[in-house]
Amino acid sequence: MLSLRNLRIDFGTGPDRVQAVKGINLSLGAGETLALVGESGSGKSVTGMALTRLLPEPPAVYAEGQILFEGEDVLKMSPAQLRKLRGGKIAYVFQEPSTSLNPVFTIRNQIAEAIDLHRSDVSDVDAEVVHCLDLVGIVDPAKRMHDYPHQLSGGMQQRVMIAMALACRPQLLVADEPTTALDVTVQAQILDQMRELKQRLKMAMLLITHNFGIIGGIADRVAVMFRGDIVEEGTTQEVLQNPQHAYTKALIGCIPQLGQRRKRLATIDHSTLG
Amino acid sequence: MFAYLLRRLFFFIPIVFGVMLLTFVLFFVVQSPDATARRVLGQKATPKSVENWLHNRGYDKPLLINHTPGKPWHDSLFIHQMGRLATFDLGTSDVSGRPLREVFAQGVLPSLLLTLPAFLLSIALGVGLALYLVFIRNAVVDLAASLFCVALMSVPVMVYVIFGQFVVAQVLNYFPAFGFELSGWSTPKFLLLPVVLMVVSGLGADVRLFRALFLEEMGQDYIRTARAKGVSTVQVLMRHVLKNGLINLITLVVASLPFLIMGSLLLENFFGIPGLGNVLFTAIQAPDFAVVQASVFLGSLLYLGGLLLTDVCYAWADPRIRLQ
Amino acid sequence: MKSLDQIWVQNLSLLTGYSLLAGLIFLGARSERWRSAWRRLKGDTVGLISFAVILVYLLIGTLESIAVPSASGSRSLLQQLTRSIPQETSYAAPLASTALSLSDPKPLKSRHLLGTDALGRDTFVQTLRATRSALWIGGLTSLIYIPLGVLLGMMAGYYKGWVDDLVQYVYSTVAAVPEILMLVSILMVLGKGLGSMSIALGITGWVGMARLIRGETLRQVERPYIAAAKAMGQSNWKIITRHLLPNVMHLVLIKFVLGFSGLVLAEAVLSYLGVGAPVGTASWGTMIDASRSELSREPLVWWNLTAASSALFVMVLALNLFGDSLRRAFDPKQGA
Repeated sequence: MLSLRNLRIDFGTGPDRVQAVKGINLSLGAGETLALVGESGSGKSVTGMALTRLLPEPPAVYAEGQILFEGEDVLKMSPAQLRKLRGGKIAYVFQEPSTSLNPVFTIRNQIAEAIDLHRSDVSDVDAEVVHCLDLVGIVDPAKRMHDYPHQLSGGMQQRVMIAMALACRPQLLVADEPTTALDVTVQAQILDQMRELKQRLKMAMLLITHNFGIIGGIADRVAVMFRGDIVEEGTTQEVLQNPQHAYTKALIGCIPQLGQRRKRLATIDHSTLG
Repeated sequence: MFAYLLRRLFFFIPIVFGVMLLTFVLFFVVQSPDATARRVLGQKATPKSVENWLHNRGYDKPLLINHTPGKPWHDSLFIHQMGRLATFDLGTSDVSGRPLREVFAQGVLPSLLLTLPAFLLSIALGVGLALYLVFIRNAVVDLAASLFCVALMSVPVMVYVIFGQFVVAQVLNYFPAFGFELSGWSTPKFLLLPVVLMVVSGLGADVRLFRALFLEEMGQDYIRTARAKGVSTVQVLMRHVLKNGLINLITLVVASLPFLIMGSLLLENFFGIPGLGNVLFTAIQAPDFAVVQASVFLGSLLYLGGLLLTDVCYAWADPRIRLQ
Repeated sequence: MKSLDQIWVQNLSLLTGYSLLAGLIFLGARSERWRSAWRRLKGDTVGLISFAVILVYLLIGTLESIAVPSASGSRSLLQQLTRSIPQETSYAAPLASTALSLSDPKPLKSRHLLGTDALGRDTFVQTLRATRSALWIGGLTSLIYIPLGVLLGMMAGYYKGWVDDLVQYVYSTVAAVPEILMLVSILMVLGKGLGSMSIALGITGWVGMARLIRGETLRQVERPYIAAAKAMGQSNWKIITRHLLPNVMHLVLIKFVLGFSGLVLAEAVLSYLGVGAPVGTASWGTMIDASRSELSREPLVWWNLTAASSALFVMVLALNLFGDSLRRAFDPKQGA
C-alpha cells in the first residue's frame, strides 16, 4: 500500500544544507503496523510528515526518490489531490495534543471540519461526531463535544485527536510520538485504545517513537532509524529478541526493566556507531 | 470572568491617582502658577493683572498645606486641584475663559468624522494586505513588501500632508485641500484627503504588525493539524488564522479606540478641521495651560478606558478566559 | 541650555559619546552571541548598506559637532569646510545662476547645488548641518532613557515583589498619558530647545525599554546560570551586572537603533508643532516647517522641502532597515 523508494529529504540551502533522510526504502502493507524507532534527529518525524508532503517547503527539499501510496507518487500530486489525501486516506496524530487542537473552536467543530472535507456520505454530522468520540472511549460524548480543548485533560485531548484522525476512515494512521507528552498511566490507556481501534477498523498504522518499550503488542514490524538511515528492519519479535545492529542493541538496552539491579541508566555512545 | 475584570478595575484606580499627581507636579510645581500667569498674560502681565488672574482661578493658594491663620489647613492648591479632577471638573480656558467641557464637547464630532473612517479603512486594508502576503508567501514579494512598508513608515506625517495638499490642490484640483463644513453631502469632500493621508501614513506599520501576527499564528501546532486534515491554505487563513489572530488583533484595535476621540493633532491643523486635535494645537501656541492640563487628564482616562475595554473583549473572545 | 553651546562642552560630549560606543563594541566582541550575530550580519546586504549610510550620517553630524574657534566666535568644522559657499540674499533655484524672482532676477554669487532658502543660505549645506540636531536628539535622549529603562527593568524582573510592583506602577502611570500629550506638556513647561526635547522624549521613552528588559529578565531569571551564580554566593548586584546585563544587551542595541529612528522623526514633528527646536536651529523639522508655505509661492519653491524630507527619510529608513537586520542577526528564527 505504501512504498518509500530511495527517499532523500534535505533541509536548507547552500552551506547549511543538511540531509535529514538519506535515501531510505520502506514499505507498509494494508492493515499492517510499522514502528519507526529512533532518537530525536534521526529523521523519523520528517519521514512521517513527508508522506502527505506536510513539510514546509522551503526549507524542506525532496531531493530524490518516490513516495508511492496505492501506486501513485505523492511527490507528483497536485495540491487538490494532496488535500484529498490528507485526512481522507492518510491521517495524523501528533505529539502535543494541547497545542495541536485549536483553542478557539469546540471539539465538535474541529472534528466536523474533517468530516465536511472528506465524508460526503454523512448527513448528520453531529451524530457522526458523537460516534467518533464514542469510538475512542470518551464518556458522555454528546455533551463533551461542545467543550473547548482546554477543558479536557491531556489524555482526553489525545483521544480527541485520534477521533479526529479516524473520522474520515483513513487507510493509514501516522502517529508521531502519540504518547510521549502524556503520563505513564495514560500512555498505557491510549496505546490500548489504539490497538483496539487498529484491529476493529483494519487500519494500517505508522507508529513513530523513540521508545522501544511501547511497541510490543502493537507493531507487526519495526524499522530502526539512525541519522537519516534505516539501520535495521524486521518483525517486532526478530528485532527485539535478536537485534543485529549496534545501535538497535543500544536502544533496546536503554529500556529500564523492573527489578533491574543497576545503579546507572544506560546511555548511547554515538562516537562508536559511525 | 467578572473577578478578572474587577481586579483590573482596581488596578486602574491608583494609576488614575498617579496621573492626577503627575499633572499637578507638571503644571503647578515644575512651573509655578506665577510663571504660568506671566506666560499666559504675555505682554499684559503687570503685577496687578497677574495677581487678579491668580486669584480668579484660586491659584494664589499655598501649594500643599495652608498655614495662614483663619483659613482651614486643607485650603491649598493641591487639595483643590485633586478635588477638581476627581469630580471631573475640567475647568476653564486660560485664554478665553470658556468652560472646557463645552470646548471639548464641540470638538469631538469633527475629530471622529476624521478618525473613525480612517481607522476602519486602515484595519480593512492592513488585515487584507497582511493576509495576502501570508497567503502567497513568496520570498521576493515578501522582501519588496517589507521594504515598502518600512519606507512608508520612515516618512514623517507632515511630508505626506504637504505633498498631498500640493498634489490635490494645485495639480489635480479635484477636492479642496483645506477647510471643513458640517453640512450633509459636502462634508465627505473635505474629509477625503485627510482620511486618505491618515490611512497611508499608518499603513506601513499596520501591515507589518498584522503580518507578524498572522505569521506567528501560521507557525502554531494547530495549523499543522488543520493542514494534515486536508484544509486548504485559503481556509486555513480565513478560518483558523483569522479567528485566533483576532484575539490579538482586538488588543491592538480596541486599545486605539479612545484615541479616535482625541483626533489628530497634525492633520486637523493642516486641514483646518475644528476637532479636539486643533483645540490642543491652538492651546500649545497660545499657551493655554488649562486646556493642555485638562487634555492630559482626559487623555489618560480615555487610554485606561481603552485598556479596560480591551480586557473585556479579550475575556469574551478567548474561550480559555471566558470559561473559567 | 546655553551651556551646551560652549566649545569645550560640545567637544567633550562628542568624545564621551564615541568612547562609550567604542567600549560597547569592545565588550560585544568578547561575547560569542555577538560574534555570531556579526557573522550573520556580514551576509545581509540590506543591513550592510543601511549601516554604511548610517556611518555617513554619523560622519557628517560629527563634522558639524566639532567646534573650532574662528574670527566670529566658534563655528563647526563643517562650517569651516564649507566656508567657500557664499550666502545670497534670498531664494535661488538649484544650479541657477540668477536669483529667484519673476521681475528682477539678480545674478548670484555662485551656483548652489540644491538652491537656497529664504535667507539665501545654501540648502545643501543647511541640510547637512541639520544632521547634528538629529544625532543630538537621538544620542542625548538615548543616554537618558536607556540607562533608566534598563536598570529599572532589570531590577523589576530580578527582585520581583514590591520592587516590581513599584516599577510597574510608575511606568503604567507615565504610559497612561498619551505620548504626544506628555511630550507637549513637558515641553510647554520646560521651554524649547534640544535639551528639553531630550528630557521629554527620555521620560516617555524609558517605559518601552523598561517593559522589554523586565520581560527578558523574567525569562532569564529562570535559567540555570542565574541559580548557579546565586548558589555560589554571588551578590545580587554582581549577578545583575555581570550575568544578566550581558544577556539582555542585544535587545538594548536593537531597541536603541530602532528607537533612534523614532526619535529623529519625533524631533521633526515636535519642531513643526512649535515646541521643539527653536526657529534658529538647523534641523530638518524646522526646515520642513519653514518650507510649508513655499509650495504655494510663485514661482514654486520645492527644493528646501525636498532636501530636508529626503535627508530625514533616508536616515530613518536606514535606521529601520539596520534595526531589522540586527534583529535577524541575533535571532535568525525570528525572520522579519
